[in-house]
Amino acid sequence: MKNASNLYGVMAEFATPQALLDAVARCRSASFAKLEAFAPFSIDGLPEALGFTRNRVPLVTLIGGLLGGIGGYFMQWYSAVVDYPINAGGRPLHAWPAFIPATFELAVLGAALAAFFGFLALNGLPRLRHPVFDAPDFDLASRSRFFLCVRAYGTAFDADAAERFLRELAPVRVMRVDR
Amino acid sequence: MPSESTLAATPVLRGHYSDASITDKIADIVLVQPAHWGWIAGLGVAAAFTLLFLVAISYLLAKGVGIWGINEPVAWAFAITDFVWWVGIGHAGTFISAFLLLLRQSWRTSINRFAEAMTIFAVAMAGLMPILHLGRPWFFYWLIPYPNIMNVWPQWRSPLVWDIFAVGTYIIVSILFWYMGLIPDLATLRDSARVRWKQVAYGLLALGWRGEARHWHRFDTAYLLMAGLATPLVISVHSVVSLDFAIGNTPGWHSTILLFSGFAMALTLCIPLRAVFGLRAFITARHLDNIAKLMLVCCLIVTYSYLIEIFMAFYSADPYTIAMTMNRVQGPYAPLYWSVVLCNVVVPQALWFAHVRASPLSLFMIAIVVNIGMWLERFMIIVVSLHRDFLPSAWGMFYPTFWDLATLAGSIGCFALLFLLFLRFLPAISIAEMRKLARRLPRRA
Repeated sequence: MKNASNLYGVMAEFATPQALLDAVARCRSASFAKLEAFAPFSIDGLPEALGFTRNRVPLVTLIGGLLGGIGGYFMQWYSAVVDYPINAGGRPLHAWPAFIPATFELAVLGAALAAFFGFLALNGLPRLRHPVFDAPDFDLASRSRFFLCVRAYGTAFDADAAERFLRELAPVRVMRVDR
Repeated sequence: MPSESTLAATPVLRGHYSDASITDKIADIVLVQPAHWGWIAGLGVAAAFTLLFLVAISYLLAKGVGIWGINEPVAWAFAITDFVWWVGIGHAGTFISAFLLLLRQSWRTSINRFAEAMTIFAVAMAGLMPILHLGRPWFFYWLIPYPNIMNVWPQWRSPLVWDIFAVGTYIIVSILFWYMGLIPDLATLRDSARVRWKQVAYGLLALGWRGEARHWHRFDTAYLLMAGLATPLVISVHSVVSLDFAIGNTPGWHSTILLFSGFAMALTLCIPLRAVFGLRAFITARHLDNIAKLMLVCCLIVTYSYLIEIFMAFYSADPYTIAMTMNRVQGPYAPLYWSVVLCNVVVPQALWFAHVRASPLSLFMIAIVVNIGMWLERFMIIVVSLHRDFLPSAWGMFYPTFWDLATLAGSIGCFALLFLLFLRFLPAISIAEMRKLARRLPRRA
C-alpha cells in the first residue's frame, strides 16, 4: 500500500466524451475536492461541468494591449518631442497622426504576446515532466481516450474509496498515479 | 458534372472518421509515410530556386541595388512589387484562419493550418523585399527603436518605419497564432511517435501539453482572442502598405489594393496538397468551391475598383491623374494593363459556372492566372505611375535585369521550400479541430 502523500490521484479512462462528462457530474455530486479531466480536443461544457467557467486570459490580454499601445505612444512622443526633436520646417514635434500606425501595431503586438504567454503561464506551461504522463495509456489522452483524475487532496482523501467509486462509472480502466 | 444541389450536399468531411483514424490519417504523413516522389521532386526544384535566391541576395549585398533595372525615374520596381504581392498572399491566409474562425465557418477547419503556414512564409518573403531594397540592407535594424550609441531614434513620420512595425507585428502575431494552434497537435505527435528523436523534438515543442479541461478552456479563449486581434491587424497592415503609396503625391497611388491573389495562392497550394497526400476526404470539393466563390467575390471587387479608378480620374479633372490613366491604357506599358484586365477580370468570370468550380484542374489554372495577374497589377501601379512623372523631361522606361527576375523566382522557390518542409514535419491539418468537427457533423447513413 502506497503512502497517501505520495499519491497524485486516482485516474479513470473512458472511451467517449459523454462518459467523461457523466463521470465528472457524478464525482462532483460525490463532492471530491479536486478533479482534473483530460481530453484530446476541447469538449463543450466540460470546463463548466468542472466548475471552471471563467479564466483570466481576456484580462491579461487587455492589460498587454493597453501597455503596448500606451507604451508605444509614449515612446514615440518622448523620442520625437523630448529626446530627439527634429525641426522640419517648423512642423509640430508632437505629430500625433503620424504616431498612430506604430501605436496601433504595438497595441496589437502587446495584446497578442500577453494572450499567448498569459495562456501558457496560467496553464503552468511549459512543464515537460508531469505525474499524469506516467499513467498507463495516458498517451491516448492526445488521441482517442478521455481521462478523469480525482486528486489526492487533503488528509481525508481515501484512495480505496475513490477507486471503488470510479469503478462504478464503467470506465475502461482505473489506475493510481504517483507523484 | 455535379449540379449545385449535389455540391451543397458535399460535406466538409467525407466518410466516417473516429478520433483515432483522424489522428492516424493526418499524423502518418509526418510520422510514418515515406516521402512521396512528387514531394521529393518539388523539394529539389524549390531548393534549386532557393539557391538562386541566395546567389541573387549575395550579389546584391556585394554590388548594391544597381544590379537591378531600377534607376531614375523608376526607383521602385520589382522589390516593392514583390513585397506588396507577397503581403497580399499572406493576408488571405489570415483571413481564412482568423476571420472565418470568428464567423464560425466549419469548413475552414481543414484548411486553416496550411493557410496560416502560407501566411508566415509569404510574409517572411515580403519582409525581405523592402530590406533588400534598402541601400545598405545590413543596417535595416536601425528602423527598430533600441538603445544605441548613436543616440538617434527612428523617424516616426516615415512610412518605412510604419512598415517595419506593421510587418514585424504581423509576422510575430501570425507565428504565435499558428504555434498556439499547433500545441495540441504537437502533443499528439509526441505521443504517437515511435522514434526517439521525434518523441523528444515534438515533446519539447508541445511544451508539456496534457489536454486538461481548464487548459482547453484557456486555449479556446486565447485562440479566439488572437483571431480577433489578427483580423484588424491584417486590415491595418495592408492599410499601412497602402499608406506607403498614398503618402506620396504620385498620381495613381491613391486607390485600393486587395488580397485577391491570396485566395488564388491558397488554391494553388491546396489542390496539389490534397492530391499528393491523399487528403481528399478532408479537403473536399466543398472547400474548393467555397474558396473559388471567395475568389470570384474578390474578382468583382477588383473589377469595381479598376472601373472606379478610371471614373475618379476623369471626375477629379486632375490633368496628371487623367494623363496617368490614359498612359496606363494606351502608353508603352499598355499590354501590361490589358494583361491585368485579362487575368483579373476576364478569366475569373469562368468561376460563375459550377462545373468550373468543381474541376480541380481548371481551378488550379485560374488560380495561377490570377496570381500572375495580381503581380502584374502591383507592378503596373508602381512602375507605370513612376515612369512618367510631372515633367516630360524626366520620363523614362524600366526594364528588368536578370537579377530582378532571379530575386522574384528565388523568393517563390524559397517559399515553396519552406512550405514543403512544413508539410512533412508538422501536421498540415489541425488534428484536434478535425476530431471536434467529426463529432459535430451529423452521421450519414
